[in-house]
Amino acid sequence: MLKISDLHANASGKEILKGISLTVNAGEVHAIMGPNGSGKSTLAQVIAGHPGYEVTGGTIEYDGKDLLDMEAEERAQAGVFLAFQYPVEIPGVTNAYFLRAAFNELRKARGEEEVDPMEFLDIMEEKLKLVEMDATMMQRSVNAGFSGGEKKRNEILQMAVLAPKLAVLDETDSGLDIDALRIVAGGVNALKRPDNATIVVTHYQRLLDYIVPDSVHVLAGGRIIKSGGKELALELEAKGYDWLLEPAGV
Amino acid sequence: MSSSIESLVNKEYAYGFVTDVESDTIPRGLTEETIRLISAKKNEPEWLLDWRLKAYRRWLTMTEPHWPNVTYAPIDYQAQTYYSAPRSVKPLQSLDEVDPELLKTYAKLGISLTEQKRLTGVAVDAIFDSVSVGTTMKTELAAVGVVFCSFGEAVHSHPELIKKYLGSVVPYSDNFFAALNSAVFSDGSFVYIPKGVKCPLELSTYFRINAADTGQFERTLIVADEGASVSYLEGCTAPKRATNQLHAAVVEIIALDDASVKYSTVQNWYAGDKDGVGGIYNFVTKRGKAQTNAKISWTQVETGSAITWKYPSVILQGDNSVGEFYSVAVVNNRQQADTGTKMIHIGRNTRSTIISKGISAGQGQNSYRGQVKVLPKAEGARNYTQCDSMLIGNACGAHTFPYIEVANNTATLEHEASTSKIGEDQIFYCKSRGLNAEHAISLIVAGFCKEVFKELPMEFALEAQQLLGISLEGSVG
Repeated sequence: MLKISDLHANASGKEILKGISLTVNAGEVHAIMGPNGSGKSTLAQVIAGHPGYEVTGGTIEYDGKDLLDMEAEERAQAGVFLAFQYPVEIPGVTNAYFLRAAFNELRKARGEEEVDPMEFLDIMEEKLKLVEMDATMMQRSVNAGFSGGEKKRNEILQMAVLAPKLAVLDETDSGLDIDALRIVAGGVNALKRPDNATIVVTHYQRLLDYIVPDSVHVLAGGRIIKSGGKELALELEAKGYDWLLEPAGV
Repeated sequence: MSSSIESLVNKEYAYGFVTDVESDTIPRGLTEETIRLISAKKNEPEWLLDWRLKAYRRWLTMTEPHWPNVTYAPIDYQAQTYYSAPRSVKPLQSLDEVDPELLKTYAKLGISLTEQKRLTGVAVDAIFDSVSVGTTMKTELAAVGVVFCSFGEAVHSHPELIKKYLGSVVPYSDNFFAALNSAVFSDGSFVYIPKGVKCPLELSTYFRINAADTGQFERTLIVADEGASVSYLEGCTAPKRATNQLHAAVVEIIALDDASVKYSTVQNWYAGDKDGVGGIYNFVTKRGKAQTNAKISWTQVETGSAITWKYPSVILQGDNSVGEFYSVAVVNNRQQADTGTKMIHIGRNTRSTIISKGISAGQGQNSYRGQVKVLPKAEGARNYTQCDSMLIGNACGAHTFPYIEVANNTATLEHEASTSKIGEDQIFYCKSRGLNAEHAISLIVAGFCKEVFKELPMEFALEAQQLLGISLEGSVG
């Protein structure tokens, strides 16, 4: 589904990603771990198409298409979803309106009819339960005045509604208490299907107690320095990152 | 700001066409003779001509104000034409007699004056250059005693009301442009709502400038008698021309005891091209006087004009009277706007609310200028002001000039202000959910303006939202 080959990317002229290669197949969950400043969030943003990063080398193939050639909205319409580390506030625009606009853009891209607000309400009802959110949240402005936990749950709600093929969760666990973490992880697990894939970017192992990965990759200094199964996460939890960094020359 | 925000393209001004009608246009220039000529063409009574001449003589002694935060080349008042009317406009028995070219013009603007396609619940007065070409729904309104007609008509049909109220809120000596308007005004709308009547229809005036190098100087007078209420909306467009055209209007509102007037404007005059060539100079004086328990509410969406100079105000004369000002002002390319309001608290327990949303894009300069004045007798006066600016790109400007004068220490005034920038982050967030950049911007801007849009009559709120989207296209830079 996703094939990243020797990806290099700069931010403000500084090279952050220094040759990343990663293959993700349908039905898989991959965890990207690593110390702060290793390039984890940059990788997530580059996949989603953030204009603040300049790709200087390598390729990303998604569903047989050249992902790097697509605008961010085209990627979203093709089923790529990024759950933001810092969800953005849009004052004055209700959550319901925003999410329906997004939902309809995706439908239009697939050649499907747009849904009206009443139909959308029905769709929402079920998804809200998944993340244990109250319907009144839909009438509040997008992320404005939301607590940290509400923002993250709102991201998962959007993911549930937009039903992506490839979801990238960027530090979705940061700033969450244990209950919120359980709800968020429960949402992610409930959305897992054989035909979609998830990349979980995280600093801590604890999220992986709830979302069990098929593969774990350690990103440091802009490169993947180690890959392994879910047991690698536990090893990292016990030993930290240092034992990996020095041999890798980071 | 980065290139993704920079890539949107300018959409053409959709209302920039010219209607080919034969016009009765007077020679350029302004003298006492010009004024006599306009007055004669309108077959006006002597007292009105005298009033115009007094205004003109006063105007000669005044100088154009240069305190607004706008710059433009000097205006040659002798190079303007002060009256132009389509030749076919004569006193009409019914709207069926309106020149089909004019009907077509309004149809193109989305305003139907013919029987079948009218907006339900809205009566329209259509002003083309210097004259009214027709007013719809007159009989429906007459049934409840509401007078809604062109100003010129009202001078003849309701001279006592015009005599009593003309200049009573904005005297001809008020300011340079008000004096000019008082001297040369050619038409406009007149509204009278009798005692206790709630006007059953939305009233609407549609202003269209067509002729070249012609100024439009309309005058609107709205009188809501005791306990009456009305909602009134005006819309404006003009052809695209390379020269600047002058629009100097005056609007006076009188809300007697317990009356309520809501006045909404969607201003979309031609704004000039992206290099600032052409466009309307919109120099407008709007003011209302609210008596005991009366309420006057201004809502404006200002997207057009090369230069806007406009401060819809309320004199809170009577005890417990209420004044409101809700404004969205958008500048793009080289547009300049200096707009805001004045709330003059005279009576006791008077309340005013000011919500101003300024959006600046391109190289546009947007200034909010507002005055809240509490006079010594205004016990318990309250004002709430919220003034938000949004910047799109790095070449535009937002400025705020609040003036507060309080002469009664029981008054409560609140002022909140914010400046924000449409961020790459907000746009990327929308894009990552499948919305393109244009859709993202219109969504973010609509959210920013929500508190103002909800004050507009339903049909127009939608129109305003779309208009904003069009005005900002190409802005994100």
